[in-house]
Amino acid sequence: MAKKKTIRTIPQERTPMREQDPVERAKNFEEVACGYHPDDAMRESERCLMCPDQPCVSGCPVGIDIPGFIKKIGEKDLRGAYDILTETSLLPAICGRVCPQENQCEGVCTVGDSLEPVAIGRLERFVGDAAIKEGWANIPYIETNCFKVGIVGSGPAGMACAADMAKAGCEVTVFEAFHQPGGVLRYGIPDFRLPNTVIDAEIENLRKLGVRFECNTLVGRLFTVEQMITELGYDSVFVGVGAGYPTMLGIPGDSLNGVLSANELLTRCNLMRAKEFPSFDTPQPIGKRVAVVGAGNTAMDAMRVSLRLGAEKVYCIYRRSRKEAPARAEEVHHAEQEGIEFHWLTNPVAVLDDGKGSVRGMRCVRMELGEPDDSGRRRPVQVAGSEFDFETDLIVYAIGTNANPIMGQTSKLELNKWGYIRTDQSLATSMAGVFAGGDIVTGAATVIEAMGAGRRAAASMKSYLGIRDGAKPYDGGDEKLFGIDVQERNFARVRVA
Amino acid sequence: MKASKMANYEIVSREDFSDVTYLLEIRHPMMARAAKPGQFVIVMLNEQGERIPLTIADFDCDKGTITLVIQAVGKTTRQMQDECQVGTSLYALVGPMGVPSPISHARKVLCVGGGLGVAPIFPQARGFKETGAYVIGVVGFRNKNLVFWDEKFKRCCDELIICTDDGSVGIKGLVTAGIQQAIEKHPDIDEVVAIGPPIMMKGCADATRPYKIKTMVSLNPVMVDGTGMCGGCRVKIGDQVKFACVDGPDFDGHLVDFDDLMTRLGRYTKTERKALEHWEKSCRLQREVGARVESANQV
Repeated sequence: MAKKKTIRTIPQERTPMREQDPVERAKNFEEVACGYHPDDAMRESERCLMCPDQPCVSGCPVGIDIPGFIKKIGEKDLRGAYDILTETSLLPAICGRVCPQENQCEGVCTVGDSLEPVAIGRLERFVGDAAIKEGWANIPYIETNCFKVGIVGSGPAGMACAADMAKAGCEVTVFEAFHQPGGVLRYGIPDFRLPNTVIDAEIENLRKLGVRFECNTLVGRLFTVEQMITELGYDSVFVGVGAGYPTMLGIPGDSLNGVLSANELLTRCNLMRAKEFPSFDTPQPIGKRVAVVGAGNTAMDAMRVSLRLGAEKVYCIYRRSRKEAPARAEEVHHAEQEGIEFHWLTNPVAVLDDGKGSVRGMRCVRMELGEPDDSGRRRPVQVAGSEFDFETDLIVYAIGTNANPIMGQTSKLELNKWGYIRTDQSLATSMAGVFAGGDIVTGAATVIEAMGAGRRAAASMKSYLGIRDGAKPYDGGDEKLFGIDVQERNFARVRVA
Repeated sequence: MKASKMANYEIVSREDFSDVTYLLEIRHPMMARAAKPGQFVIVMLNEQGERIPLTIADFDCDKGTITLVIQAVGKTTRQMQDECQVGTSLYALVGPMGVPSPISHARKVLCVGGGLGVAPIFPQARGFKETGAYVIGVVGFRNKNLVFWDEKFKRCCDELIICTDDGSVGIKGLVTAGIQQAIEKHPDIDEVVAIGPPIMMKGCADATRPYKIKTMVSLNPVMVDGTGMCGGCRVKIGDQVKFACVDGPDFDGHLVDFDDLMTRLGRYTKTERKALEHWEKSCRLQREVGARVESANQV
């Protein structure tokens, strides 16, 4: 082996990723970040020290062998890198794009102690994209059993659970209420951050594992979770329906025309393709001066979508400061580059009426940060006499979601006081054979956390069904569960034409 | 019950009640089993289509079908009128959505349907009849020629009052006139259920308010997903905000803020008109091209 790498010998600067010019991209829905060129990836892979304690692996919610796949990139063995990634991560092309790496793997990277951390997310995406381009799919040898597994919701949690259960040999059906599978990846995250082609490719991979998708199926109403077990012959069910019941601010003027949830704006634009109106029938609310309330990833998406739909000015209204903003750092940075105007420490108190039932403007107050609250973030307090009005014709609320009530209305699943499904550590619900995970259990979280929950639930489901899980039997719910069982290393290498 | 039987939303029968009102019976055995009075579906005509909510007008477990009665008012409903023929299929049909109407233990019930609400009030009337209640139906139409399902209603109503704007059949006047007549004759009505355009439901709620009769209405605001996710269908009920798709669509008519509902229904009027014009233009073009091709072929 060559000379040992040290922090001094590796490339000091993080390899930048090519991006569309901010002025140009603010007008189109093409992907913002163009991905690494193979040379970029090679250079960035050299920055990994291959340190023995591997903090990045424990920083990853699904425990990807990060140094392992980076090493393969360095050896120009992309297929090998892909094999390592898919041992644990189901959807590298998606996670590389949407994971908040700065709080996970990259946040604890050893290189990051003195330099900028290794761009793990970008490298993951590079491998994921190469796989889609080359048509690689790792279909393991699957020994089928007689179990039927039903999955409610085709979002990240459902997809991850489906993959694991299919690999374990079960007959898996995923039910989706919308007309296309993908859940939040499809309706929520816009094309310029996660192109539909990437979602399609990952869904196609699931189909190759034998997973069936049934769209236009509202579980709870068309048939209940109980019926899935008692009448439809499912041996085990996973509920991953997401939270998705948008919160409104509850201030005067909330119901005026021109006030909508980020979910509505994004669903119309992404899933219903209202941006291509009138070729597509769904109308898209378009504002000249758009105010988006909130500073999470959804808020960033809503702002950047509004810009691309033709808004002249887009404001971000957030009651805390930039430091507390929950969005991925990269998203805030991209939004700033594109010309979004951020108003930190600003809180809306009323929506102003134009006299005809539509929005004319918004009344806000200035805030300052006080003592830390339960979440550890400093509580914003109103500055006396700081009220001011400004003009806006479209107001988007991106202030989080509550539990969707359908599961609670239609099943005997036990809920907690906020309406989320109550589970034990193994993600088992109060109903035998029924497991749940993702936002409907934890409240709004990230794509990768939902995937992690889907996999954890799958491990519990296998144990519930008595499916032997190789060398890593289910042990009650810590990180070890995220690991993959030994049998799954027997991948049959297929290359699909 | 097999899951694979769900797809393919084939139209098995169609009936035209007038030049704007038509009935579609669609095969969906699972939904026919699951549907209950007061629930609705979301329909997409094709891949480019919008998702439109429609109240279920009837369901038949034996035939495995659900029935929708549609008024051609906007782009999608007019395009459906043109394209939805027997043997064709819808691109998407999801449901049944919403909380089923609580068929209460009321002993005497007034079921009121006006305009596009006539069809969806039918399963409620039938539901009440099945519980043994005395059911009085009040249905409103513009004139005699637009009347439909009167026989069907007569079978499940103990009394049926038809109201027409011009008096060509039944009593002359709005459904509120019918309500008035029924209340005068039966002072012991326990419950009123009204479905129709917002202005009509508002009228019904106003008509029953002085008598303090429980009045349920079925709201039909603009929605996208129908599963509680977009919040587009939020309505003001008393001092609370509710989502019609998952908390409703049935609410206490005396608490509904109808003015707010009507303002919000007009949200996309401009864009919807644009969609309709765009579609009509493309239809015209297609016809012209078709005619030219035909005349060219003849030469």
